[in-house]
Amino acid sequence: MTEPAYLPLSSGSQPPYAVPSYTSSLLRAPHQPLVALAPTIERSGPVFSPSQFLITADLSHEAGRSAFGQRILVAGRVTDEADRPVPNTMIELWQANAAGRYHHVADARDAPLDPNFRGNGRVFTDPEGYYHFLSIKPGAYPWGNHHNAWRPAHIHFSLFGASWGARLITQMYFPDDPLLAFDPIYQAIPDPAARARLVAAFDLDLTQPNLALGYRFDIVLRGLHATPMEGAR
Amino acid sequence: MRPVTASQTIGPFWHPLGDPALADLTRFGATGTRLALTGRIIDGGGVSVDDACVEIWQATPLASPVFPGWGRCATRTGGEFGFRTLAPDASAPYLAVAIFSRGLVKPLWTRVYFADTGDPLLAALPAARRATLLARAEPAGWRWDVRLQGDGETVFLEM
Repeated sequence: MTEPAYLPLSSGSQPPYAVPSYTSSLLRAPHQPLVALAPTIERSGPVFSPSQFLITADLSHEAGRSAFGQRILVAGRVTDEADRPVPNTMIELWQANAAGRYHHVADARDAPLDPNFRGNGRVFTDPEGYYHFLSIKPGAYPWGNHHNAWRPAHIHFSLFGASWGARLITQMYFPDDPLLAFDPIYQAIPDPAARARLVAAFDLDLTQPNLALGYRFDIVLRGLHATPMEGAR
Repeated sequence: MRPVTASQTIGPFWHPLGDPALADLTRFGATGTRLALTGRIIDGGGVSVDDACVEIWQATPLASPVFPGWGRCATRTGGEFGFRTLAPDASAPYLAVAIFSRGLVKPLWTRVYFADTGDPLLAALPAARRATLLARAEPAGWRWDVRLQGDGETVFLEM
């Protein structure tokens, strides 16, 4: 037997560092090939407690007042490649408001801020890997990447998983968004099926009567897997 | 097997995650040998990366209610970041590092070492590249600068 290890990532499922159409990547993508790592301390990772990292599962209210926008419930399950649940893991969330503006000092564009929307949340998966939170649908917003560039509506997700190598930051998109076809960040993912998995599914069963539209977004993190030693029977 | 979810950039507006307290791993009162680490991130044009998220993880001392083992720091003007933590055990004198930023659609994984003790990863690197993973001792603490691209490019790892 050998130590559990990370499985190779499936071809095309992850974007390359250098994305010619994504201007900001041009001077930040490394040029040297990556060096293969035999993980040691990377096989362990931080454990977060809701006692130190407070849960904010409702982004749609601030001090009891409703934010503007289409209210949504986002729910899903976090697993590893073998469909094993990732329990009790922290998920950090942040997003623009309904007008497509972030509550952030660096976002100074001419779109309204919503005093009842800060746009950041934090939830933990349950023992079976399920999570959910309430929010509002973010707006699309323009950015400076190229002429008439607009980011599709998206929610940022940050996850830790069971070990350092499982760490993932990604973005959840919405179905039928025409901007996806023109977005260099989304289109940086080579495999169309991998791109499609970043688009949440509208789910009537998740939809809360008189409250919020339901979207399902499942996430797969890298896990450590027992692998037979090369040459072993 | 299910494919791992695709990574996307942290973008420029991630700072709701950036509580400055997270850069001080000793904030809960952990005791031991203190270690201060500062550095600067520059891009392939030599320009400071001032909107990055730098995270560290260390397996020793063991994480506990007073020592999280994990830290996060936003780079400031000049691309500077800094952590206060406890020194990892001499048997594995390094921290795991992940760098996220606008322009990076997936994290840059690396390590910072505080001694060149013949660790297999360091030993396999040519001297000039090995040096990019070694912090240097300065009067105020350890210093480790990161070059994302070009001359003196930091060694980044395939997880």
